Amino acid sequence: MIKVNGESIENLADKTVAEYLAESGYDIGRVAVELNGGILPKPQYEGTLLQDGDCIEIVSFVGGG
Amino acid sequence: MTKEEWYKALEIRHGADLQQKFSSACVAVCGLGGLGSNVAISLARAGVGKLHLIDFDRVDVFNLNRQQYKISQLGMHKTEAMKQNLAEISPCCNVITHTVKLTEGNLSLLADCDIVCECFDSAECKAMLVNGVSERYPEKYIAAASGMSGLHTGNTIQTKKLGKRLYICGDGMSDVADDGTLFAPRVMLCAAHQANTILRIIAGKFEV
Repeated sequence: MIKVNGESIENLADKTVAEYLAESGYDIGRVAVELNGGILPKPQYEGTLLQDGDCIEIVSFVGGG
Repeated sequence: MTKEEWYKALEIRHGADLQQKFSSACVAVCGLGGLGSNVAISLARAGVGKLHLIDFDRVDVFNLNRQQYKISQLGMHKTEAMKQNLAEISPCCNVITHTVKLTEGNLSLLADCDIVCECFDSAECKAMLVNGVSERYPEKYIAAASGMSGLHTGNTIQTKKLGKRLYICGDGMSDVADDGTLFAPRVMLCAAHQANTILRIIAGKFEV
């Protein structure tokens, strides 16, 4: 079980963060990702495997300021 | 008004300990549109000692519905216009202007600040700044904004915390590309969340 934006989701283990973002329709140029309490650097999205017990928060920025 | 008179007034208002913290703080305001112009004024009023103002743009007529500039400032660089406005508010604020586009290549402009306030317009620039600062300067706090456009209720503007040092203010949803425009009150609500977050961080209050 992996917690994504506060919601528990099954069958995500062993996907990379990059794979999960792409499958979920996120625009990678607009996101920031917190994994287990720290901001995950963008260059690590491809190589970081999600694991059981992980807690991931994805912020997708919207325009305006 | 002398600097001493101004500082004394802030000490009486805020207490000497808190004012010392505000006066010692350095904040970078990245983008001086609806968010940044309001954040900068709030921080200067509180007596934050040093502000870096970063923006490449000039004041134009379409800014006046929500940004803290005046008709007399049309055509000026926003950095210089805001420096002028802040000088009339606070004689103690050391304002350093950078009339450039902030990119991954010049994030070193942020080197001496404690807190970075993300006030850009485009979603991609927001993500670039938050990710770039988190990677390059993991010790800095970031107050970012996402979602403050349109005439939606003000009650959905909130501050969320991600990790230990990233705060994101806004409703997280309302995109100016969908809503068409921004209105002063809702942008000011979001800017107020950002400025409040920054003052709380300086005061040592890190929870939301």
